[in-house]
Amino acid sequence: MATTLAPGAVPIVPADDEFRVERYGVWKRFRKHKLALIGAVVLVLITLTAIFAKAFPLWDPNYIDQANWSGYPLAPGVAGHFLGTDEAGRDLLSRLIYGAQISLTVAFFAVLMEIVIGTIVGAIAGYYGGWIDYTLMRVTDVFLAIPLLPLLLVLTAIVAASSNKAALGFGVIVVIIGGLSWPAVARLVRASFLSLREKEFCEAARALGNRDGRIIFRHLLPNAVAPIIVQATLEVAGVIITESTLSFLGFGIQPPTASWGNMLANAESNMSIAPWVAIFPGLCILITVLAINYLGDGLRDALDPNMK
Amino acid sequence: MILYWILSNAPGGPLGPYLQNPHITPADIERLRHNFGLDQPLPVRYIRWLGMVLHGDLGYSTSNSESVTTAIVERLPATLLLAGTSFVLSLIIGVTFGIVAAVKPYSWIDYLVTTFAFFGQSMPVFWFALMLQLVFAVAGITAFGYHFALPSAGISSSDDFDLGDRIEHLVLPTIVLSLLYIAVWSRFTRSSMLEVIRTDYMRTAAAKGLDRLTIIMRHGLKNAMIPVVTIVALSLPGLFSGAVVTETIFAWPGMGRLFFNALGQFDFPLLMGYLVIVSFLVVFFNLLADVTYAWLDPRVKYD
Repeated sequence: MATTLAPGAVPIVPADDEFRVERYGVWKRFRKHKLALIGAVVLVLITLTAIFAKAFPLWDPNYIDQANWSGYPLAPGVAGHFLGTDEAGRDLLSRLIYGAQISLTVAFFAVLMEIVIGTIVGAIAGYYGGWIDYTLMRVTDVFLAIPLLPLLLVLTAIVAASSNKAALGFGVIVVIIGGLSWPAVARLVRASFLSLREKEFCEAARALGNRDGRIIFRHLLPNAVAPIIVQATLEVAGVIITESTLSFLGFGIQPPTASWGNMLANAESNMSIAPWVAIFPGLCILITVLAINYLGDGLRDALDPNMK
Repeated sequence: MILYWILSNAPGGPLGPYLQNPHITPADIERLRHNFGLDQPLPVRYIRWLGMVLHGDLGYSTSNSESVTTAIVERLPATLLLAGTSFVLSLIIGVTFGIVAAVKPYSWIDYLVTTFAFFGQSMPVFWFALMLQLVFAVAGITAFGYHFALPSAGISSSDDFDLGDRIEHLVLPTIVLSLLYIAVWSRFTRSSMLEVIRTDYMRTAAAKGLDRLTIIMRHGLKNAMIPVVTIVALSLPGLFSGAVVTETIFAWPGMGRLFFNALGQFDFPLLMGYLVIVSFLVVFFNLLADVTYAWLDPRVKYD
């Protein structure tokens, strides 16, 4: 910058350029984080495979290969099943890929819901302060304090009992997970709003006579977006684990729909003769979650260098 | 908290197990409903229930036909044993890992600890449990001409207490339960320690000519532990309320498995009792964290 500036002159950088410089910095920092890059690539591959599952020459995920199946899982490679079959004679690879569809969709929508609720609650609490802030934060404290899993289990059991259905819909799982995990996001948004609302530009916006809603969404929210993105990424990883745990315990996605969690539910009993049924779904969860966590870590370094 | 109890008390199935029983006529149901006070409006039931809880009475379990308090107290020792072992193990290993990584940041050992922490945080607990069962219990390990396998379920092989046997049963669940906490706590210790190492008083200590180990352990550790205490206190209720997944997979007769079984039978009094205990633990550990702060950081004063 110290090229041809006259002493005392204020460098005038066009807003557009400044923005580009900023963006470039983000990409440069992100690129340095090799594992985050790998994580992003892995995640894109998994997502594409899940989205275009129909394009692959796969068995139907619920088709029972009665011609070859004898009551036990088929070993990998037998009768055209690349990874073998599960205990009901259904192709494992195909179920893994269709299971990815379910797990990723649940994660995506649950996190979307979390972010929307969390951002609104956090923004209102942080912007208005006072008793509104106090009330909202005590509510989030209650949600944060109680361990999530027992709460989720009780809620899914209650919903299942009161709707008299053995199988819970996919939407219900999304709503329950999303509806219970927003407090962390709310805390985060509140914290950045508390500091943002003291800034001059916020005061300027208020002086211009903007309504509160407009100030919150047009002026403050864009400045708080970086930590939200990072948190959202990490939440996706969390929700994948949560959903698969619920499904594993039998309170999440119900068979015959494949999800990585419920594929493991019956694997335990056959583990001594068919370890592959237990190994692959968990490996998928581990790889996906690991990729997302590294991606989130990289994003944090890139978007928000001051964050821990 | 109160809001939450209303939510849990609201669902329509406290008599569910009876409704499914063909030997019970609708008249019986009406009678039971009256006896249990279920014909009363919800707020009345709630207040009564709250009053009972304050007297230490959590009601009767509908699936076990024993009082909820007895059922939970019976499972408490097993949960405390598992949670206590995991807690001590995680704290020692997690903090050690964190310090070692922070002392030499960006070295291979730091890299190793960070990678381990990432794996630990990304590991689905139930799958890790299954894999450990597969390797150590189903397949067993053959080394030095011996073949040994660890038990994959339960708390003991026979009714007689045998320390060696108990430890064998404890190994796998403890590892499974500890992994996540080691991962999280070591990351926190590392970042907190890194910050402390950069402070002026650490430089002062170094300038006085103290050796590095003393500086880290005497001057650094106590300060670095302050933020760690928060995260530890937050995760303790989850640990001591009985790890539902771990106890279920390893058939560990603790509170977590009791809760899971109650869930399958829609035993609402038991579930509610369990949640009361959990929220009690939350309050208790938060209090404990506050006390620990005051001890670690004399600047913190409570009026």
